[in-house]
Amino acid sequence: MALALENVSARYGERVVLHDASAAFVAGRVTGIVGPNGAGKTTLLRVALGLVAVDSGSVQILGRDLRECSCEFLARSIAYLPQEGAAQWPVPVRRVVALGRMPHTSFFAPQDHGGDAAVAEALDRCDVAQFAARRLDELSAGERARVLLARALATQAKVLLVDEPAAHLDPAHQLRLMELLRGEALRGVAIGITLHDLSLASRYCDDIAVLHDGRVIGQGAPREVLSDAALATVFGIAAIRAGGPGADAIVPWSRL
Amino acid sequence: MDGALQGRPVEAARFVALGRLRVPGLTLALAALAIILATISFLIGPAQIDAGDLFAGLFASHGTATIIAREIRLPRALLALVVGAALGASGAALQGLFRNPLADPGVTGVTSSAGFGAVVAMYFGLAVVNPILLPACAIAGALATSSILYFLSRSGAERTALILAGAAIASFATAMTALAMSLAPNPYAMSEMMRWMMGSLKDSTLNDLALAVPPIALGIALLWSCARGLDALTLGEEAAQSLGVDVHGIRRRVVIGVALATGAATAAAGAVSFVGLVVPHLLRPFYGYVPARLIWPSALGGAALVSAADIAVRLIAPDGQLLVGVMTAMLGAPFFIWLILRMRRGA
Repeated sequence: MALALENVSARYGERVVLHDASAAFVAGRVTGIVGPNGAGKTTLLRVALGLVAVDSGSVQILGRDLRECSCEFLARSIAYLPQEGAAQWPVPVRRVVALGRMPHTSFFAPQDHGGDAAVAEALDRCDVAQFAARRLDELSAGERARVLLARALATQAKVLLVDEPAAHLDPAHQLRLMELLRGEALRGVAIGITLHDLSLASRYCDDIAVLHDGRVIGQGAPREVLSDAALATVFGIAAIRAGGPGADAIVPWSRL
Repeated sequence: MDGALQGRPVEAARFVALGRLRVPGLTLALAALAIILATISFLIGPAQIDAGDLFAGLFASHGTATIIAREIRLPRALLALVVGAALGASGAALQGLFRNPLADPGVTGVTSSAGFGAVVAMYFGLAVVNPILLPACAIAGALATSSILYFLSRSGAERTALILAGAAIASFATAMTALAMSLAPNPYAMSEMMRWMMGSLKDSTLNDLALAVPPIALGIALLWSCARGLDALTLGEEAAQSLGVDVHGIRRRVVIGVALATGAATAAAGAVSFVGLVVPHLLRPFYGYVPARLIWPSALGGAALVSAADIAVRLIAPDGQLLVGVMTAMLGAPFFIWLILRMRRGA
């Protein structure tokens, strides 16, 4: 188990956003996190990153308790691609991707052994090497999303958490990004990804954790947890399904 | 056309090898420019003395040339460098921290508050008790304002809100400065007010320099130590935290570093504005928009700009009526408005 949350509760001030939530992220698998707005999806990722304090329960990262992990260990073990992805300054692409090496470097040793190779590999894998010398603001949204993913990959962490990567992308770029994430899973990375698009979740995730009002009401194979009954309780919708090879396309059709 | 060819040049600064260090050529050029301007600044003044006599005077033990060179020209030329470096580096760090090209110690009210602190120390006799209290009070004033900005940004204030808050703090501090000077038991206070509000390097002494250098050096070192963190902040706070950056620590260090550098600079030269705004902004494209790479070039560029402005005021008004802060504001204010217009067009 690369990352495990066990009965975690967390809150922002007085408002409890996660109740007794448990979820597991396994090496080599893509785990989707779905749920309505405000269900606690992003909070779940933030708890795993140590950005939100855990009230009760425990978080295990690569077999270690989160509370005993050093900041460096966390940064090297978990790469995170937040939703508000755009960089503030129009920095050159290669420099953005190189920021992913930061957990492996320090003020006195700004270059790490193998850092350049890791950056080049990440640029290559996300198919953005041809933009390496260009500025971030000169790229399309889809290209920018791939550059930011390359930044996360350059860390070479065992766990990769991604918050809504598919929002704002056209269908072709959505599929491309999901394929890239699947490719990372094949290399043995544990991937956690929050998604609103149920078809993408069903098609690309090995495992889905369904969140509702801060509770994980189930984690399992997509067909199992995204049943009609679950869609009705969690999202309050009825959906049309089209059976694909091994996975369903799920099109939200009417509110209940 | 080939896509790669359409891109604008990203890193125009070429590298030069200095032993094992690779330094961008532009940074070296800025350093050279600052030294040349400081030399020119050393050579001009109301007293007509040969350059040779002045340089000889630096190393002689007595004589008019020695007094002018050591007591008048040298402190003024060096203080221009130091003050400019403090303001340039502070501007670069604030812009990086707030991810806002409009941030600058002057625009955000840090300089005015430092001026207020200095005036309190000066005109209520604290600076007589111990000269160190002058920069200390200015730094305290600067720290108060930069802390307000820190808490505002931590509670998620937008960049326009930060600038507006800075403008409010700046006018409040200026009003308080005026009030303090009217209340001060000093007959010359009113005539000196403009010096504190607009900044001047006239009548600088070696003592001013000695008081300014340590806090400014410490401040710039603190800002430099945040360089990596500022780079990571380019990606947003959460991404920076996930990269192992202590974002709160970076914020604190920048706030303290800016207060030290700007406070000590203001205690020595009054409120010189817009240097921290203009310099990082002009240099940014040449350093690939990377915040970490901008700290030192901005310090050097600031040193060059303040030296140039101080030379200009002496050439334009040899009687000493024109203040260096008036010069930087005349250049900086139109630049600020142009920047806002350009940002609006961009958005």
